[in-house]
Amino acid sequence: MGEVIVITSGKGGVGKTTTTANVGTGLAKLNKKVVLIDTDIGLRNLDVVMGLENRIVYNLVDVVEGNCRIKQALIKDKRYQNLYLLPSAQTRDKSAVSPEQMKKLADELKEEFDYILMDCPAGIEQGFKNAIAGADRALVVTTPEVSAVRDADRIIGLLEANEIKQTHLVVNRLRMDMVKRGDMMSSDDVVEILAVDLIGVVPDDEGIVVSTNQGEPLVGNESLAGQAFMNICKRITGESIPFLDLNGKASLMQRLASIFKK
Amino acid sequence: MGIADLFKKKASGNVAKDRLKLVLVSDRANCSPEIMEQMKNDIIKVISKYVEIDEEKLDIEITQTDSEENNGKVPALIANIPIKDLKSPRK
Repeated sequence: MGEVIVITSGKGGVGKTTTTANVGTGLAKLNKKVVLIDTDIGLRNLDVVMGLENRIVYNLVDVVEGNCRIKQALIKDKRYQNLYLLPSAQTRDKSAVSPEQMKKLADELKEEFDYILMDCPAGIEQGFKNAIAGADRALVVTTPEVSAVRDADRIIGLLEANEIKQTHLVVNRLRMDMVKRGDMMSSDDVVEILAVDLIGVVPDDEGIVVSTNQGEPLVGNESLAGQAFMNICKRITGESIPFLDLNGKASLMQRLASIFKK
Repeated sequence: MGIADLFKKKASGNVAKDRLKLVLVSDRANCSPEIMEQMKNDIIKVISKYVEIDEEKLDIEITQTDSEENNGKVPALIANIPIKDLKSPRK
């Protein structure tokens, strides 16, 4: 029986889709059978981040409305046999799907997949309600900025109210240089404020932009962000992994690596 | 340029943290400024029965305080009510 994980944040642009793509791909790397569902109806994005935009035939709304079977709408990943994407519809709106329908879909997919990741739209309206409907647990993505943390707090409250049993925090786009000189909240600060368990800290990394440009998630590569995402995946599967040292030596190595790349 | 810039001691990360803590307390309490105002007026009414207070300087706010039972923070209503004159007990 699989587990449904919703990736949410409240605020837009903090890295929900990037996190979904990387965590999903990472779990597939760990030999789990994974399906990613883009629940942002009308603003489809997960397909381009995964590099699968040219393979879409059917979408989430088609499945829910019974225009096709689930199997027909699932797109197999380019690189991993055990990773699938259920894309969102681009020409419809959030009201095309109801939370009940999403729950039913999630329950069906649980029979066959180890992990079902729901990429949640920004906001707290219908799209959010759809995305969390069938979820067993949640990853709340935030960046160390006041607006993102405030929205994350609201989302955490709503997840609790909707009885999502497990909520974990991903602090994304952390810049250690700024944290060191005191101009950015640290992941500890964010955890203290939000009072939820941390599952990962992802440093700000140009590699993310490059990998998104190419449509190939960077999870598992040697970059700090790649390692950070892989660690999140391992923690999801229940492994206990120490947090990365994002300081000093690592960033020096990063700088050296980036010099050689040029 | 604000006064804070003159002293330029407090790192902006800490400023962010402090501001967030405050704003989240009122977010979480779901307490609008109107409700706070009503509560303030009611408090004035009750206290005024017993003592003469300085209504202008009365200040109430929801903030966080250390919990005694579990070692976390809990919301607390803090009222600062300056007394002008203690009325003699009634009856």
